Amino acid sequence: MAADISKLGLKTKWQDLTEGMVIAGAGTSREFMTGEWSSVKPEFIEDRCKQCLLCVPVCPDSCIPVKDKKRAGFDYDHCKGCGICVKACPFGAITMEGVN
Amino acid sequence: MAKRDRLSGNEAVAIALRQINPDVFPAFPITPSTEIPQYFASFAANGEVDTEFIPVESEHSSMSAAIGASAAGARALTVTSSCGLAYMWEELYIAASNRLPLALALVNRALSGPININCDHSDSMGARDSGWIQMYAENNQEAYDNMVQAFRISEHKDVRLPIMICQDGFITSHAVENIELLEDEEVKGFVGEYEPENYLLNPECPMAVGPYSVTDYYMEAKRNQAEGMRNAERVVLETAEEFAKLSGRKYGLFEAYRMEDADRAVVMIGSAAGTTKDAVDKLREKGEKAGLLKIRLFRPFPADAIADALKNVKAVAIMDRAEGYTNHGGPLGADVMSALFRARSKALAVNMIYGLGGRDVRVEDMEQVFVDLQAMIDAGDAGETYRYMGIRE
Amino acid sequence: MAYNFKETMNKPERLAPGHRMCAGCGGTIAVRNVLRGLHEGDKAVIGNATGCLEVSTFTYPYTSWEDSYIHNAFENAGATMSGVEGAYKALKRKGKLDETYKFITFGGDGGTYDIGFQSLSGAMERNHDMVYVCYDNGAYMNTGIQRSSATPMYADTTTTPVGKKSSGKPQNRKDLAAIIAAHDVPYVAQTTFVQNFKDLHIKSEKAIYTPGAAFLNIMAPCPRGWRYNTPDIMEICKLGVETCYWPLFEVVEGKWILNYEPKEKKPIEDFLRPQGRFKHLFQKGNEYLLEEFQKEVDRRWEELLFCCSR
Repeated sequence: MAADISKLGLKTKWQDLTEGMVIAGAGTSREFMTGEWSSVKPEFIEDRCKQCLLCVPVCPDSCIPVKDKKRAGFDYDHCKGCGICVKACPFGAITMEGVN
Repeated sequence: MAKRDRLSGNEAVAIALRQINPDVFPAFPITPSTEIPQYFASFAANGEVDTEFIPVESEHSSMSAAIGASAAGARALTVTSSCGLAYMWEELYIAASNRLPLALALVNRALSGPININCDHSDSMGARDSGWIQMYAENNQEAYDNMVQAFRISEHKDVRLPIMICQDGFITSHAVENIELLEDEEVKGFVGEYEPENYLLNPECPMAVGPYSVTDYYMEAKRNQAEGMRNAERVVLETAEEFAKLSGRKYGLFEAYRMEDADRAVVMIGSAAGTTKDAVDKLREKGEKAGLLKIRLFRPFPADAIADALKNVKAVAIMDRAEGYTNHGGPLGADVMSALFRARSKALAVNMIYGLGGRDVRVEDMEQVFVDLQAMIDAGDAGETYRYMGIRE
Repeated sequence: MAYNFKETMNKPERLAPGHRMCAGCGGTIAVRNVLRGLHEGDKAVIGNATGCLEVSTFTYPYTSWEDSYIHNAFENAGATMSGVEGAYKALKRKGKLDETYKFITFGGDGGTYDIGFQSLSGAMERNHDMVYVCYDNGAYMNTGIQRSSATPMYADTTTTPVGKKSSGKPQNRKDLAAIIAAHDVPYVAQTTFVQNFKDLHIKSEKAIYTPGAAFLNIMAPCPRGWRYNTPDIMEICKLGVETCYWPLFEVVEGKWILNYEPKEKKPIEDFLRPQGRFKHLFQKGNEYLLEEFQKEVDRRWEELLFCCSR
């Protein structure tokens, strides 16, 4: 059974930690908002997007979700604003302050 | 039905492992434990086990692979001696902190340097704080019996800690003695199936193991781990009780040999206890009240029970087959003395270093220890409490 | 099945966001794309040597992995996965497991080229059915940019600092892909991030689905350690390939195959100039260092062409 990580906070008593510090389950880091690390973020200009998806593999933070072979908007909860996707877009559909 | 045989300690442990039929057995050879994986490799080669035997390129890798296998959901073990155990040191802590049930058959041998292939306990004593359960044997029968009990203890839901089953290099591992073996089916039934709760190869739910832990968690994680060790003493006794029903052979946390009315006692670990029993018998024939406490379970350390067993002795010699370089004795000495102190014992206690690098221990040597204890009683003083036995000087 | 980029991008994400790698990290770009080599429905166990990737993707209780994951220590990712794969075989043999699992281990160049080299070599030689992926950023980045045996010649690192009597790391980098190929494993490949990642995706799938041991060496730039402008990672990788510093090749059952030959080999300066760790090479009087670097690149390229022509 997957661990309930909401019960595994910094104030959790020793008795309540998971045995061996294992986490049964997957992808629990979604609860950790790395989007707070920066205020400068890429902007998606959907009109210019040709859905080539070249921005998808270059994201180090898995912040460009794809559904039915089409990209959706950025996951700003986790995007750290590295700017790599801006450069990867051949159509100028992604812009970000400070990245040309 | 018991089968009588004549086997070396290594053969006996290898047979126990064949009967256990573990899932994964990674190993790297080192004297004097090499025979165990050799015997086992031939069991595997002849289809007598279903085990994935992995002849790895080092002891660090044998323990690493055992950890991987155990986390994956397999019953795993490895075997080593001496420097092999030292090379695994980091991994011992990881196995224990991950709460992985796995076994290590250790054939005790001196650590380098100088390089020496013979018995002492410096290897396992060096690993005493790693979070492993440690169990020691006096002879091949005990080594076999402890191995059969190992996984029951290690896998118990209240424990879930790795276990080290120790026997003395050459003295036990290579000496052929009479032994009673259990039937294969009896061992299979006793050990049972391994059914972990969370494991890597669980198709129902993935698992992540081996996290980075910030300070806010680390200490609580260690306390959580300690709880398994606190439960281990009880589980060792419960397992021994069930084993006795099966085999007729009784085990406890230690063996108290002629201790009932003893005024002088020796506390020790391993094969030299057999020699000490002879010395005790000889002294008893002369009417002297000598006794022996042979430690079986060293980690966790059954301090209260040991202090209780020693409560009536006037003098005690704690024998360490390992140096501690503390300038006041070895590891067993430190643990027993602190147990005596906490129990407000009035016994005069001395710690003796003996048998390093395979140095012979004779019945006369142990008789002399009892003479020394009598001298302490007569003087009303323990004198030098950190001594070497059988040293040329 | 023919390669389809959009299909590959449409696969479920197997590395969840919320990990704590630096913004612009090449390591997680490598990981995400390698995992796209897995077929949907197949399960995997991921291994990981200690390093940036480990401390950032499994900080208790947050795991970024959608598959089972094991980190053991720094130097034993190969051995640890040997045990996991052994457990899989044993459980399958005993009829305790029906599902198909694949085994993929990630290590940085520290955990792979250096401290984990013995463990890797053992695992490869024993030919466990696993893929070992090195995300090679050419230094020990997790501990603060110390040199490794993967660090290129003349790089300025914190243990080979440029000084009055030092031009950075004096030695050439170890050719690990060739060393692993010499283990006679069925599949070895070197790749990096180019164009739409087709090269990396195809090699990952091959590595994962080739029975036996496979090794992928992926150049994964580290913006902090290399000191380039973070958004430029794709350009850096492209220059690595176009200058023949980081050639794309495979060794399949002992046969060396060159996957890409630049029409016109670019001078190595093009790759080095954007990187702060090579800044000293462009100072007046250091032209000979660039010449030495170029000679080394040329020598290795010629050697590779020779291997691939056999």
